[in-house]
Amino acid sequence: MDAVTTPEFEQKLGGWIDEGEIRFIVDFAGLDYISSAGLRGILTSVKRLKAEGGQIVLTSLHGTVKEVFEISGFSTIIPIYESVEAALQEM
Amino acid sequence: MPEIKSAAKIEHLEQLIDFVAGHAEMVGFPVNRINEIELATEEVLVNIFQYAYPGIDGDVVIDCRTEDEVRLILVISDQGAPFNILKVPDPDVTRDISDREIGGLGVFFVKEMVDEARYRRKGNSNILTLIFDKRH
Repeated sequence: MDAVTTPEFEQKLGGWIDEGEIRFIVDFAGLDYISSAGLRGILTSVKRLKAEGGQIVLTSLHGTVKEVFEISGFSTIIPIYESVEAALQEM
Repeated sequence: MPEIKSAAKIEHLEQLIDFVAGHAEMVGFPVNRINEIELATEEVLVNIFQYAYPGIDGDVVIDCRTEDEVRLILVISDQGAPFNILKVPDPDVTRDISDREIGGLGVFFVKEMVDEARYRRKGNSNILTLIFDKRH
């Protein structure tokens, strides 16, 4: 998720929110890279969902993605689970 | 020494990042460290794309070399308005989500990922040198 690809994520998620979905588990198992542009996109979605009474949780962060969430403090403000299964149990 | 020059536009981001990552890969940087280098490079470049040339076209040049096969040295330059990215204050990473802003986070990532960073203004150029050790 970089400055070029993050708008795709925002549009996709935004489309689902427009359709009335408000609870999301976003699985990052296949995500190897995220920059501040990616975090910005996630924060926009988090704020929008909060306003709608919804929630977004993330799963399976690893490598540099996990590191970026930790050093930015994002891992303390967005619920993160080890796996989709673990998230489903908690939600 | 290998160098790439392109218009300072977002559509060239991938090409510029690939150039840098390719060099890091060639000298055997581990995948995680390459991701960190890509991250720092993207943050610097996006900043240049957004702010260096308001309303006008301009270029960005990346000069990439390695030292003893353990350090990657990037020199990123533009001819935009004088701007020392390293002076951007760090964000408050402990703030609550509702009032969290992203400004400054990109530069914070750059500072976290490099082993050394230097800025200088020479003539009409901003010259940023980023040094990455193989193991951070």
